[in-house]
Amino acid sequence: MGNYSTNEFRSGLKVMLDGDPCSILDNEFVKPGKGQAFNRVKLRNLKTGRVLEKTFKSGESIEGADVLDMDMQYLYEDGDFWYFMEPDTFEQHQATETAVGDAQLWLKEQDTCMVTLYNGSPLSVTPPIHVELEIAETDPGLRGDTAQGGSKPAKLITGATVKVPLFLDQGDVIKVDTRTGEYQGRAKD
Amino acid sequence: MKARAKLFALLRAFFVEGSVLEVDTPSLATTSVTDINIESINAQMGNSLGYLQTSPEFFMKRMLAAGSGDIYYLGKAFRDSEQGSRHNPEFTLLEWYRVGWDEYQLIAEVEALISEAYKTLNNSKITIERTSYSDCFERALNFDPHTVPIELLRSTLLDQGYKDWANETRANCLDLLFSEMIEPNLPSGLVTVVDYPACQAALAQTYVDEKNRLVSRRFEVFLEGMELANGYFELRDAEQQKQRFDEDLRLRKQANKSKITLDENLHQAMRAGLPVCSGVALGVDRLLMQLCNVSSIDEVLAFPWKQC
Repeated sequence: MGNYSTNEFRSGLKVMLDGDPCSILDNEFVKPGKGQAFNRVKLRNLKTGRVLEKTFKSGESIEGADVLDMDMQYLYEDGDFWYFMEPDTFEQHQATETAVGDAQLWLKEQDTCMVTLYNGSPLSVTPPIHVELEIAETDPGLRGDTAQGGSKPAKLITGATVKVPLFLDQGDVIKVDTRTGEYQGRAKD
Repeated sequence: MKARAKLFALLRAFFVEGSVLEVDTPSLATTSVTDINIESINAQMGNSLGYLQTSPEFFMKRMLAAGSGDIYYLGKAFRDSEQGSRHNPEFTLLEWYRVGWDEYQLIAEVEALISEAYKTLNNSKITIERTSYSDCFERALNFDPHTVPIELLRSTLLDQGYKDWANETRANCLDLLFSEMIEPNLPSGLVTVVDYPACQAALAQTYVDEKNRLVSRRFEVFLEGMELANGYFELRDAEQQKQRFDEDLRLRKQANKSKITLDENLHQAMRAGLPVCSGVALGVDRLLMQLCNVSSIDEVLAFPWKQC
């Protein structure tokens, strides 16, 4: 990985900061008329997800991070690791629980996720925006009650709990927005 | 574009009214500014090197020394590697000099000019305030920037999380603190900050104030928290100016920056005698940004750099 100078900084660029890979969100050029120019940079630490701000002297350079976003198919988990496969090469990658994080609530076998690789191993996993999952457990459905609004908690096969309308039952398949964890509708068969 | 045309007309009328002569100075010259923080754009001319001018200052001072009287320049200036929401490598500068005036008379004229621009182009009034560099620091950080030991400056930066700035010069530490801790909290409206530290005097005279501190007679004007103009009660001592330029060159060499040949014509002119005068340079694009209430310089340029 090469080094990047402040004038090459742009949003999306992956760099190393204090030993952690970060993604640049925002880069603002600041220069007092007669003074040293600097860059006020906003970055997201890709390991922790935290957003931080740092001020670089203009012209300073930092090391790029070997970070790659790649679509992969989720295969299975064995209790210790989650396994993903590159669709083109069929190469498999194992991701730790830290890397998978909250994404595990939405992972269904065969679904395609975005896996962020750092030095070749998974750093984080982003589930698809919409997933279709089966209800594993919920209070019995009230068949007539489709108009009233009202909701109840439902546990999905992946372990996530989502608020769903009262008429849904165990075994129904629903569509969920993984960014908000909200119920979107019944899955069309 | 219409606002720009109106503003240009207003600026020119303002100076006609004030009996200030418009002058046109070269954009391309064989020498350039020595300031360590300003980079010129090089122009190749056959086998020799030219520079696009970062400001008309040196030419205007040669005119002043030759007896031009009050003069102003409204035109382009160029600075390398300056690009951002408030910077474009090519920009419009308004620079003027008043012979026989001190910096306070000139500040009053800057305030009058900006007020008139707001009144005529924006149909609004702008609040006007003045403060000093040391008051800004006393308020925000509780120390005197002129006398504070460099160690305290560096430890303040460390406390604020700027851990890579521990070996910076005094001027750089002050600049960073001013930009990060003071500028964002400046009052709204037009604020003029006077009495910059001696280490940032550039081309201004210095004096020893009533508290026995060496202070420069340099001021900066901020409009809605954005740096708008920089002015001096001009240094007239040719030898002192040469010493400052030589120091700039030494720092440039140390920082591995491009070598600049000193402007011998300017030195000659200053030796012949620059009249007592004050001068100020104002970023016209930034004034336009505020008048049009936009946050990016690209919005007031017909063709920003990325589209040139």
